[in-house]
Amino acid sequence: MSGPRRFCLLAAPFLPLLLAVSVSGQHADPPTGIRPEDTRSGYHFQSRETQGMQDDDLANPGFLWVLKGEDLWRKAAGAAGKSCASCHQDAAKSMKGVAARYPAFDARAGRVINLEQRINQCRVDHQQTSPFIYESEDLLALTVYVAHPSRGMPMQVTTDGPARPFFEAGRNLFLARQGQLNLACKQCHEDQWGKQLRGDRISQGHGNAYPIYRLEWQTVGSLHRRLRSCSIGVRAEPYPYGAQEYVNLELFLAWRARGLPIETPGVRR
Amino acid sequence: MAKALIRVPTEAKKGEVFEIKTLISHPMETGQRRDEMGRPIPRDIINRFVCTYNGEEVFRADLFPAIAANPFLAFFTVATESGELVFRWTDDHGNTQTETARITVV
Repeated sequence: MSGPRRFCLLAAPFLPLLLAVSVSGQHADPPTGIRPEDTRSGYHFQSRETQGMQDDDLANPGFLWVLKGEDLWRKAAGAAGKSCASCHQDAAKSMKGVAARYPAFDARAGRVINLEQRINQCRVDHQQTSPFIYESEDLLALTVYVAHPSRGMPMQVTTDGPARPFFEAGRNLFLARQGQLNLACKQCHEDQWGKQLRGDRISQGHGNAYPIYRLEWQTVGSLHRRLRSCSIGVRAEPYPYGAQEYVNLELFLAWRARGLPIETPGVRR
Repeated sequence: MAKALIRVPTEAKKGEVFEIKTLISHPMETGQRRDEMGRPIPRDIINRFVCTYNGEEVFRADLFPAIAANPFLAFFTVATESGELVFRWTDDHGNTQTETARITVV
């Protein structure tokens, strides 16, 4: 019950903004198969107990990664001897709303990059050190820390302009049948959401709570880790961590989840 | 040093029962798993947690391999006097981590 109601309350002040976006972005975004009023965060499909873990910041193990990320934020690294805080000061202010805009087109990279890759770009360009390995504890902790100030803010990515081809590629991947089971993302997460799949209820496949603490993993993981599990689930060859295919899909998923509040760090079963 | 989160009310009435919540980061490796090379991963768990209130033990727990990573413990005690709550976790290597919190009893 709290899922949709919370969405409405949060989305209300942004309605004029959403309308403005839909008017300007008229180059025929096809319907996603889920009506906006039916959009539900993955939170909605969790058990009461798992929802309770996410709701209480002290029971939510993801907050241990917020603490780890805070240490990394303040720690100087690389030849430049700078920490994240040297340039961006207080993350609670400077990073507010940033996660809501990612993945985003980056002119220097010449492609769409996600939050993890943006953090690594900062490490290489500004701190002059090596990038974190994708899915490493450090990159996850810093990503959680950077995304967390946006908690409660609606997802709002840009899909037009230079981001357009990447968005289209992401949508094509979402609609493409894959693997030995010959299933597309759409077939579960748009056509069958809410139904029971063995012990689980099928979600709509939104990424608004990532990185998440997943009980099955016993740790925090990125959206790419989840997407790799999906690929393996339909018996397709998963793309590597940070692959452009997954970043494109991440952009499409973020657009599809537009308006949903960011929940990082979310808790899922 | 592992990260730990603790929630204790800053103030309580004398005789009031209050809740304490603790969360600590730890892999709680069971000892039953193997790595990619097939070698057993040695057991590494927090096996004991103790909470003292002005030096007096008010809660103790023995933990076992079936307990999930990043153990969360919540329990209750009675507000007797202002002072310090000390939380101590001990792992299989004998390493301990200690955190403290203050409570004012009015």
